Amino acid sequence: MLRIPCPWCGVRDEVEFRYRGDATRARPAADGGEAAFTAYVYARENPLGWHLEWWLHVGGCRRLLKLERHTLTHEIRWSGAPEAHPSRRETGV
Amino acid sequence: MRTTSGRYSLWRLLREGFNGQRGWSHAWAKATPRPRYRVVIVGGGGHGLATAFYLATRHGITDVAVLERGPIGLGNVGRNTTIVRSNYFQPPNVRFYEFSLKLWESLERTLNFNAMVSQRGTLNLFHTEAQRDLFTRRANLMRLEGVDAEALSRAQVKALVPLVDLDNGRYPVLGGFLQPRGGTVRHDAVAWGFARAAADAGVDIVEHCAVTGIRRDGARVTGVETARGFIAADTVCLAVAGHSSELARLAGIVLPIETHVLQAFVTEGLKPLIDVVLTYGAGHFYINQSDKGGLVFGGAIDGYNTYAQRGTLPMVEEVTAAAVTLLPALARVRVLRQWGGVMDMSMDGSPIISKTALAGLVLNGGWCYGGFKAIPAGGFTTAHLIAHGTPHPVAAHLDLGRFAAGRTIDERGVGPFPWLH
Repeated sequence: MLRIPCPWCGVRDEVEFRYRGDATRARPAADGGEAAFTAYVYARENPLGWHLEWWLHVGGCRRLLKLERHTLTHEIRWSGAPEAHPSRRETGV
Repeated sequence: MRTTSGRYSLWRLLREGFNGQRGWSHAWAKATPRPRYRVVIVGGGGHGLATAFYLATRHGITDVAVLERGPIGLGNVGRNTTIVRSNYFQPPNVRFYEFSLKLWESLERTLNFNAMVSQRGTLNLFHTEAQRDLFTRRANLMRLEGVDAEALSRAQVKALVPLVDLDNGRYPVLGGFLQPRGGTVRHDAVAWGFARAAADAGVDIVEHCAVTGIRRDGARVTGVETARGFIAADTVCLAVAGHSSELARLAGIVLPIETHVLQAFVTEGLKPLIDVVLTYGAGHFYINQSDKGGLVFGGAIDGYNTYAQRGTLPMVEEVTAAAVTLLPALARVRVLRQWGGVMDMSMDGSPIISKTALAGLVLNGGWCYGGFKAIPAGGFTTAHLIAHGTPHPVAAHLDLGRFAAGRTIDERGVGPFPWLH
């Protein structure tokens, strides 16, 4: 069972959340071209290691949050609001 | 100097019985890698071994090495729930998996190895009228492709599996959809059988040889760096489902794949209870009984990217809740073992057998839930792709180009969200 630190609700059980995938993908500009959109929709780094990902707190505040989690140990080292980034520690939990 | 294990037969069994069992040798030789091969297959799981076997026996390419990080048989080929079937919805999937099922039907003769292929039937239950219509449509699509599929009434379901609680309070069973030719295969025997047959045909099977790099010359692959030194190759095939992204990254390629864990469970041995493969339609749960008597069952993926070959408890709860809803008699059965295997979940839920952007690098991966049942067809069509440079017709739709071209094969119709497939 993951214990996920929601930036607004505090630490809660994994069953309250819904996974929403890789949070490192940035939508290309509208004229970014087919290759950029294909990569945006389909290509995933899928690292064995630290992974920045979206989680939705459906059973709580219903807000989307970002989580930095290790894909082998499941350790969580950072969580923050959608606009935050782990390199800037301002909203770290 | 190669050694072969000789042909297995009733006559051989009798002869060895009178000979103190002294005439048996190892089923396959543990090879020391040579400095170059025509084809290097990374991954000694079901698909890697099957690819090597079909390369050697159907295309005459025996200058092949299979490199396995650990021992043969400890990856996903030994971690699944052993089910084989071809009851798909999308016609190209039906054709591909039916091709595989036909290969399973003659596999034991092909390999000269008892893989305990048991066509006991796969029964999918439905619990709503909408689901009945969907399954009927799926069965009709299968029959149009010449594949067996039958609709069963509640009474027929009860006759086939008396243990099912048809009137359970949560999701009463309205009927079922049976593929009589579906069933199970002894998964370890598949690994051993393909390894032995490939080695007999001249393939080098190299265990404990992790690949740490993929070397290239411009846009062409030239070989692999391994724990046991550099091995040159004209063609490198990745058959490492679960870790495809990590291996492809060594070649600078980003794949449309995420890695997720799928759990499986085995109970204590019981007298014969369930003689089909049974799936629950109101949740993700499937069960069959092994020949030893243990009930083998599994559910959905845990739902987030992970490379950890272990499952977590929320999915254990969900799977066991489904088990007890459908088969209340299981409430008092003890689970002996539980384990997890990590899989490539592709962005459309369908596998990938394809050339890549790097010439000479071939990918067999993205197997999602379906890797085991696809082993013969996956190996057969990957070998064809390596030998001829063009895809086998039955697997041509599984190329990497389908994502950019908008030809995705989305069996569940959920879009590019691997954790939902």
